[in-house]
Amino acid sequence: MKKGPYVDPKLLKLVQKMNRAGDKKVLKTYARRSTVHPEMVGHTFAIHNGKKFIPVFITENMVGHKMGEFAPTRTFKAHGAVKTEKAVALK
Amino acid sequence: MARISGIDLPKEKRVEIALTYLYGIGLALSKKILAKAGVNPDVRVKNLKDDEVARIQNTINTENLKVEGDLRREVSMNIKRLIDIGTYRGSRHRKGLPVRGQRTKTNARTRKGPRKTVGSGRKKEE
Repeated sequence: MKKGPYVDPKLLKLVQKMNRAGDKKVLKTYARRSTVHPEMVGHTFAIHNGKKFIPVFITENMVGHKMGEFAPTRTFKAHGAVKTEKAVALK
Repeated sequence: MARISGIDLPKEKRVEIALTYLYGIGLALSKKILAKAGVNPDVRVKNLKDDEVARIQNTINTENLKVEGDLRREVSMNIKRLIDIGTYRGSRHRKGLPVRGQRTKTNARTRKGPRKTVGSGRKKEE
């Protein structure tokens, strides 16, 4: 038996409510594991990346991906090299 | 000359094998195509009759198989889509690193290409 995609029920409910009311608010969410549902198209979500919320505008071809795919959890600060003035100043 | 989907097939090989020289056709699919087209998989390409070549081409067209250019385009469009919508997988493609969560501390040479030694780069700070 196929189960179908996982969509966070709370998130979906909120989106449906917003769709009915016709307003667009930025929704903060931790539901990185939730699939992007067709109803979410056109909304902006602030997806948690473990530290802060990354705003993501959902477009049509994002449907079917997971929320978390759009909010990277790792930062890569290049190896070695503190060359530029700016980097030195930051330090 | 057997030319299928814009590609010349190697003359000295059996059709079954020769078809796998097309991008998007492996041995399994090649066998399936030949069965459908009613062509003996063991004949050499140079001994193929013109109508047999036509039948093979026809089968590929009617089965809606994407080969060569079309398939390559589809694949690169898929990758482009991942990059455009800003997914993690897209960023891995952009950086030329493994996409499916493999380790990169060692190995991953297929994606990364030949080894490039990088020094510390931390030369003069003052």
